[in-house]
Amino acid sequence: MPYVSHADIGGRSGFGPVVLEPGGAVFHATWEPRVHAMTLALGATGSWNLDMARSARETLPDYLNLTYYEIWLGGLEKLLIGKRLVTPDELTAGCMQHAPAPVARVLEADQVAAVLEKGAPTERAPAGPARFKPGQRVRARATPADHHTRLPGYVRGKTGVIERVLGAHVFADSHARGLGEDPQWLYTVVFDAAELWGSEAIPGHSVSFDAWQPYLEAA
Amino acid sequence: MTEDHSELSDVERRVRALETVLTQKGYIDPAALDVLIDTYQTKVGPRNGARVVARAWVDPAFRERLMRGATAAIAELGYSGRQGEQMIAVANTPGRHNIVVCTLCSCYPWPVLGLPPVWYKSAPYRSRLVRDPRGVLAEFGVMLPASTEIRVWDSTAEVRYLVIPERPAGTDGLSEEALVALVTRDSMIGTGLPRAVGET
Repeated sequence: MPYVSHADIGGRSGFGPVVLEPGGAVFHATWEPRVHAMTLALGATGSWNLDMARSARETLPDYLNLTYYEIWLGGLEKLLIGKRLVTPDELTAGCMQHAPAPVARVLEADQVAAVLEKGAPTERAPAGPARFKPGQRVRARATPADHHTRLPGYVRGKTGVIERVLGAHVFADSHARGLGEDPQWLYTVVFDAAELWGSEAIPGHSVSFDAWQPYLEAA
Repeated sequence: MTEDHSELSDVERRVRALETVLTQKGYIDPAALDVLIDTYQTKVGPRNGARVVARAWVDPAFRERLMRGATAAIAELGYSGRQGEQMIAVANTPGRHNIVVCTLCSCYPWPVLGLPPVWYKSAPYRSRLVRDPRGVLAEFGVMLPASTEIRVWDSTAEVRYLVIPERPAGTDGLSEEALVALVTRDSMIGTGLPRAVGET
């Protein structure tokens, strides 16, 4: 079955105007911060990584019809079931029906501040020298990936310029698939809007994204 | 429908069921959830970022450090950690305006801005900003001169961006604390400008 991300919406039309709320609300309901907190707490068990979590969310079939924290809830349930930490019948029943599976650790209240402070830095020692330098022209890979990727569809096949070298980082495409961290050089690549959008582009508009080296070829 | 929980929506029931199962199985510490919730509702928010911006406005040496190595400079003020592990500050100038988006999900610099507002994670913002930034800015009530260059930063990896807006005119005599109050969350994303003096 081909991999389909429903989250790759940059440049697509049909979603209407931005809806602004007084005060710029972060949550709409009291269950939303609970889902956010459960996602962080379960992430801290080490049962999956951030890229696997993103992959679980973006492949929810009804992604575009869900609210933001409904996506997080669906993603969390999917990860838990996939790792056999819970079963669908337990979620339906609302109580434990099978013995717990072992997890590497459980986040305790007095550890939260330190765990958040530590974060999850992704920069790693590079395996070799960076292939590209600032100012160099590069083309983003044209073919869609058949797995989780952070190469947005709207830049595929487009030519831009390396603006900044950001170090070597855990490669999301490998990490999401359980293939290890596979650190790769990361670059800020900038595109003129005309390259992306043709005649509808306005002068003086540019778009940058952060690209791992395997996304790019010399142009 | 007269059960005890008839007032709960389907999603509320689902979240309650999940939390119960996870607690019974010992995968989560309910007290840890309370700390996480409290952290992101009361401790971390855009006031942190506003302090960074105001410091950059009054302290040229700090601004220099911020532009060269934002992660370390921001940590000087005590802000660091999850979703801010590698920060880059991008400064607006009279000729150039920066705006940040995450087209693929909702990447956002939590330590300095807190959790993202609903609109930042919404399909309209994520889909349109890269293509029609002036149209999106107009919906936020921001009109920039036609000659102003616009850079949209799509945060596709684990680098997080903080926009440093221009210091408003007529603020020369203001204290750093007074300047903090002028820095809005939207001005640090790029969808807004700082308040003018006397504006609320």
